Amino acid sequence: MSAAGPSQGANPAPPGGSAAAQAASVGAHQFAAGPSQGANPAPPGGSAAAQAAGVGAQHASEAPLLRVDGLRVEIPTRRGVLLALDDISFAIAPGEILGFVGESGAGKSLTGMAVLGLLDPPGRIAAGEVWLGGRRIDQLAPREMRRVRGKEIGAVFQDPLMSLNPLLQIGEQLIETIQTHLAVDQREATERALGLMRAVGIPAPEARFTAYPHQFSGGMRQRIVIALALCAEPRLVVADEPTTALDVSIQAQVLQLLRQLCREQRTAMLLVTHDMGVIAETADRVAVMYAGRIVEIGAVEDVIQAPVHPYTRGLMGAIPTLDETVGPLAQIDGAMPRLNARPEGCAFHPRCPDAIARCREQGPRLVAQGPRQVACWVAGPPQEVAQ
Amino acid sequence: MSAPRNAAAPVAPNAASAASLTVNAVARHFPVGRGFLRGALGRTGPSIKAVDDVSFRIRRGETFSLVGESGCGKSTLARVIAGLDAPTAGTIHFADAASAEHRIQMIFQDPYASLNPRYRIGSAIAEPIRFLKLLPREAVLPRVHELLRHVGLAPADAAKFPHEFSGGQRQRVSIARALAGNPTFLVCDEPTSSLDVSVQAQILNLLRNLQRELGLTCLFISHNLSVINYVSHDVGVMYFGRLVEVAPTRVLFEAPKHPYTQLLLAALPRLDTRGRDRPPIMGEIPSPLDPPRGCAFHPRCPHANARCGEERPELAVEADGSQVACHAVSERRIPVPIHRSDGVAHG
Amino acid sequence: MSEPLPAATVDGAAAPPLSAWHRLQDSDIVYSFRRAPTAIASALILALFVLVAVFAPWIAPQNPFDPAVLDLVDARLPPAWLPDGQLRFPLGTDGQGRDLLSVLMYGLRISLLVSSCATLFALAVGVTLGLVSGYLGGRVDNLIMRLADMQLSFPTILVALLIDGLSRSLLPRSVHEQLAVLVVIFAIGISTWVQYARTVRGATLVEKSKDYVHAAKLIGMGPLRILFKHVLPNVLGPVLVIATLSLGLAILTEATLSFLGLGVPPTSPSLGTLIRIGNEVLFSGEWWVTVMPGVCLVVLVLAINLLGDWLRDVFNPKLK
Repeated sequence: MSAAGPSQGANPAPPGGSAAAQAASVGAHQFAAGPSQGANPAPPGGSAAAQAAGVGAQHASEAPLLRVDGLRVEIPTRRGVLLALDDISFAIAPGEILGFVGESGAGKSLTGMAVLGLLDPPGRIAAGEVWLGGRRIDQLAPREMRRVRGKEIGAVFQDPLMSLNPLLQIGEQLIETIQTHLAVDQREATERALGLMRAVGIPAPEARFTAYPHQFSGGMRQRIVIALALCAEPRLVVADEPTTALDVSIQAQVLQLLRQLCREQRTAMLLVTHDMGVIAETADRVAVMYAGRIVEIGAVEDVIQAPVHPYTRGLMGAIPTLDETVGPLAQIDGAMPRLNARPEGCAFHPRCPDAIARCREQGPRLVAQGPRQVACWVAGPPQEVAQ
Repeated sequence: MSAPRNAAAPVAPNAASAASLTVNAVARHFPVGRGFLRGALGRTGPSIKAVDDVSFRIRRGETFSLVGESGCGKSTLARVIAGLDAPTAGTIHFADAASAEHRIQMIFQDPYASLNPRYRIGSAIAEPIRFLKLLPREAVLPRVHELLRHVGLAPADAAKFPHEFSGGQRQRVSIARALAGNPTFLVCDEPTSSLDVSVQAQILNLLRNLQRELGLTCLFISHNLSVINYVSHDVGVMYFGRLVEVAPTRVLFEAPKHPYTQLLLAALPRLDTRGRDRPPIMGEIPSPLDPPRGCAFHPRCPHANARCGEERPELAVEADGSQVACHAVSERRIPVPIHRSDGVAHG
Repeated sequence: MSEPLPAATVDGAAAPPLSAWHRLQDSDIVYSFRRAPTAIASALILALFVLVAVFAPWIAPQNPFDPAVLDLVDARLPPAWLPDGQLRFPLGTDGQGRDLLSVLMYGLRISLLVSSCATLFALAVGVTLGLVSGYLGGRVDNLIMRLADMQLSFPTILVALLIDGLSRSLLPRSVHEQLAVLVVIFAIGISTWVQYARTVRGATLVEKSKDYVHAAKLIGMGPLRILFKHVLPNVLGPVLVIATLSLGLAILTEATLSFLGLGVPPTSPSLGTLIRIGNEVLFSGEWWVTVMPGVCLVVLVLAINLLGDWLRDVFNPKLK
């Protein structure tokens, strides 16, 4: 986890210090108990942060798998340059699931795309670094990046029809992907493909091996996409709204599958979604995004049960629950500003009930507050005036 | 809910009960693969039963929600009730259909397709008023401004085009347009499904307030159970074109009886669960072209027996007023939680 | 009761509405136009041609249809830049001493008049049939589309020839002389309505299921009013592109018909007629009589096609 403040640039080692150690151990402690059984992926109850505190800096030496420092994404348009992502910094430990939650336009999908190197031109990375396992990947040549994608980073997108070629049989697509990234012959590739189909829960895989994507239902297609994403055994999976287009009952199945496979293969996941419930069920840590910045990042239990940032608090209050409700839902007046109409200072201040004068003048940075980080002049820890 | 035990008998529209809408055995079938010649010869081929034998009542001034996953037929049913589509069978009876005041309006799901991009929103809102001649000409614009203020927008916005607004604001404009027609009955088809959570909260609060203020009777369609919980008085759960459970909101959420309702609630991602151990529902919705025999849910149901695969269950009333269409429930093969008025579910 | 939100917090409410002129200047089309040299050049050339055609009677150096002005002495002069050419006949003269430049201007006038009327006619017929077909569906849709399919199996030129030939044989000669231009317009229009109909039908099918159409139905609006108020404005976009490209085709069709001796009567010759006339003297060395109208035709159609291509790219959302 990168500390607040301008990124230093060329230093590849994770910064030492307690914040980083705690953060690394929060993610890593899940696997302290040995290889998971698959059937019971949930860690024993209790907040992960509390456990981490108990376990201590056991895995302090474990370097984060993905480290993003001060990422800045700009979109040049004919009316000027739009700032889509501003100073995004976070880290994902091996096997950890980090959720990115926010509303449309917050920049969460863009973050996933930037990590994958799939930004739609004219969008571009204007500043910052992306490190995958000690190797910098944001400045790789397209051919190198293509090798990284698929072999080391897998991707699951919202619409399975976009990821699957409608003209090729499922089996062919699986074999093609396997053979692109692993040096295996046809027979072994077929065996692996069938194994993958079984692992993601497709019934009678031998019979369905020669079927086409349109012959499967939405949930099945998404499972195949997951199989494709994981077939080269990547260390990180970027999942962009993987279950948004699915029905609730199918969503539950697919989420459980993702969680289980990630635990089994010790794959880290960058999970992008607008649904807080999905985050609560699936992620270990969560980053809340607003108008292109991370406003709060911490363990899932902490952020959901005790949100600190006013936006997170407002968001949690606005979510309807299944309990009996008498009064109106807590609403945040107004709407997220568009990219070309960002307010001065903190982007949230026009809608914030706690805004002070300083919020109008200067945007706050992410600062550590205990095991989490918050970007707020009022709710976060005291910060230096001079920046 | 006073539907008779034997749901095969038609539900009589009763002027004495405060029912604003009575839906009786409504069905909507879509013929499939019926060629020109076959149609001419009067032969019916296979059809997709998008809605099949649905009956329920909505009391005046209350909101009734239809909930279900994609393909269950709730949107088709909403269109039929609104009058945009004709039912293949059954009747739809509005208590004040004879009155000149009776008007149905609808709020649609996609805020980007519900407003004509060529016209300013002031014209869009004024259209029902002008077409139905509800007000004299000089009173139209003030009324448009009043409606805009009512839904939380500024009167100056009347001169703008839809693309200048966000999704949430467009939904407000749609609500204003619906209100402009002075409706007595409002159909809301997934009005917040494409909106962000915080915008959804604004729109839901707005709808709830408007309904109370204007005494509107509402039919609310959604796939989101939490939203349903927030806005409805009564809920109907649909699966594969039929109603499987109908109950007052608190009763449904605290004491769900039908296995599908129970598993739907269990599958919902909740803020207080972490890596659940309960297995979610397995299987998927069957194909409409190949419907299962008997109860449509039985291939996925953990409590299905031989009868479930042969005979289709009908809605039957339970002790706490909810109606359930399930053999396992009526045969008491599964524990049936009963919601008593003390707010506690007893099973 | 939910309080109205203050204007400043509602996104977009603070900005005042823009006037139509500002919206046009600010729009994507104008922006893209300014950056497309081909489009600018084509538009300028087209504008020049149109102006020349409209103002021909006033700006032509000579009225070539007035026998009093002609002088056989001036016959068969080559263009001004060749030896024997004269400056007052910049493009040369024909066998009767007519100034070719003036003749070209009048010919352009006829060509543009006939082809634009034909295009408008095809547009009117095609859009109407497309709207009706898409909105009503069922048997009406079937009938219209089958008619369209049948017509598409004939080449456009053949259809135009057929109609023109039929009218010649059916109508008495004097009537035909008077109506010749109308017949040509009709013939070319009828041969090209299909593409409008199909495009509009497709767009209508999409519009039919839009929710604002449902909202209009809910208040009881009839289908005709819905068609004109809600559907038509939204289906015209692609029609503009087709019309532009189709204009070029109409010009060529008319030129072909006139070249073959059908089409417009010789008393009001179009560019095609001129090419035919010049063709007869081509091999006696007077190449300018046929080449000049030919070049004019090519430049005109090229400009229209390039403009149409640019327009199609501007309207294509996928290229944005």
